[in-house]
Amino acid sequence: MKKAYSILAYTFIIVMAFVTLFPFVYMILASLMTFQEATSIPPTLFPNEFQWSNFTQALAQAPFDRYFFNTVFVAGASTLGTLVTSVLAAFALVKLEFKFKNFILMGMIALLMVPYEVIVFTNYQTIAKFGLLDTYQALILPSLASVFYIFYLKEYLTSIPLSYYKAAKVDGCSDLEFIWKILIPMGKPALFTMGILSFINGWNAFLWPILVTNSKEMRLLSNGLSSFATESGTSVHLQMAASTLTIVPILIVYFIFRKQIIRGVVKSGVKG
Amino acid sequence: MKSMGKRRGFLNLQGYSFMAPALVVITVFTIVPIIAAFVMMFFKVDLLSDTWNFTGLSNFAKIFEDPKFWAAFWNTARYVAVVVPIQTIGAMVLAVLINSKIKFKSGILAVLFIPTLTSSAAMTLIFMWLFNNNSGLVTQMIYDITGMQLNFLTDPNLALSVIMTMNIFSTIPTFLIVFLSALQDIPKSLYEAASIDGAGNARKFFSITVPQLAPITFYVITMGIIGCFQIFDQAYIMSGGEGGPMNSTLTFTLYIYQLAFNSNDMGRASALAFILAAIIFTVSFIVRKLMKSDEVNG
Repeated sequence: MKKAYSILAYTFIIVMAFVTLFPFVYMILASLMTFQEATSIPPTLFPNEFQWSNFTQALAQAPFDRYFFNTVFVAGASTLGTLVTSVLAAFALVKLEFKFKNFILMGMIALLMVPYEVIVFTNYQTIAKFGLLDTYQALILPSLASVFYIFYLKEYLTSIPLSYYKAAKVDGCSDLEFIWKILIPMGKPALFTMGILSFINGWNAFLWPILVTNSKEMRLLSNGLSSFATESGTSVHLQMAASTLTIVPILIVYFIFRKQIIRGVVKSGVKG
Repeated sequence: MKSMGKRRGFLNLQGYSFMAPALVVITVFTIVPIIAAFVMMFFKVDLLSDTWNFTGLSNFAKIFEDPKFWAAFWNTARYVAVVVPIQTIGAMVLAVLINSKIKFKSGILAVLFIPTLTSSAAMTLIFMWLFNNNSGLVTQMIYDITGMQLNFLTDPNLALSVIMTMNIFSTIPTFLIVFLSALQDIPKSLYEAASIDGAGNARKFFSITVPQLAPITFYVITMGIIGCFQIFDQAYIMSGGEGGPMNSTLTFTLYIYQLAFNSNDMGRASALAFILAAIIFTVSFIVRKLMKSDEVNG
């Protein structure tokens, strides 16, 4: 009985793992097929000869290297900004007393419940009014601070005793020194998780980039890929090559920071 | 007294100077837009000519008479009805299986997690190719097995099912890990006691695991439903922003997008966004209520 159960469990899990992995393996295989192989009936599973030129062709049709740079730059700048604003705000919320602090906290909790759809289209108008459409600022500015990350960090930092702060003050430590020398080192695991999460969110963002970018030069990987799909028409082998180009970098990051990423994503709930 | 006042003033200044960067960004890009959207939903707004006409609740009246709204509504309802049970039960069962003493646990988890990290754009392209009308692998497999030629991408009855499959595929791993961490908190003694009483695995699953996981299950269901209501990327890419064929992939967010950009009707877009917010809020509220009553019953 026990044995039968564990065989069943293994079978089920292996099937699931296979089903999960298959589309990605097939994507990579297809990115190395000829157009005929990729569109043949019955479908080709394995390319006769690896067509590495698909990648150069995809790169020639759309500037994926530029998209790549844009994405890394925008996701990186947003992440850095979020980390800085969140550390400062979380410090104030945890260690300082000021007027309306509780009111601000409650207001922020209320903001957490408002869906993205309510604000995103007005943000587009704001960016347009600032004359920032189709710029890096447009892509970065709205994600420089996040209520969610402030709360996440605040929860984490609450465990640091207030006496540390008081002792540092007695020793003549300024607030910024305290943040830099004590708070950041102690909050490292949380900051790391936040950083990775924010970067992945920036990497996969879709709605905002399609709203605020027009020119090819400003597109990110996600909307660049989706417009490439429209522009390249039926060239699925090139589409799969382009998809591979966008997925592989994030997978490399994932395999380096697997534990932190999994923990972080679980904490934050779910992507759409 | 005076020095006390000064001290307090300093404390406020100190607190707010650290809050300032975050508060400025949040005010400009979250609070102001919420207020603006709230005001706009009572107006007919044409942003090209910057004309605002107060129309009271007529934006809402128009929405409820609009067949596209009901198309989005029923698509989402179908979507929730199919996706939420499958992803919740699938994730729970898989979590229980993985949680039993199994080798290569972390390796399997690593694999199962890949879809969660893949951008929806890449994911949609892969699925559109797998479900392609003629040469798609899945389409062909179904044809070989059943003899039916299904046109997943162009048949209004089937297009949504491709997005459903994609969503189930990419959300199960996340929820699985949520369940997995909850399973660690169930006291081992419960299972030991059940074993002594001669309970089998199935009995243990339904009498111990499922009830013990109830709170986290409610969380997963809530997040799942909210996720379904906010589908955009996949529908946008698959239908080229149209929500077709025949509105069969039109989602709330996609329709708000169309109202704001194609119809230049920010008033109606805002009204619909608030309807969506109200639906999401109500769903979370009901689920939380159910959870509370469940706790009372034990």
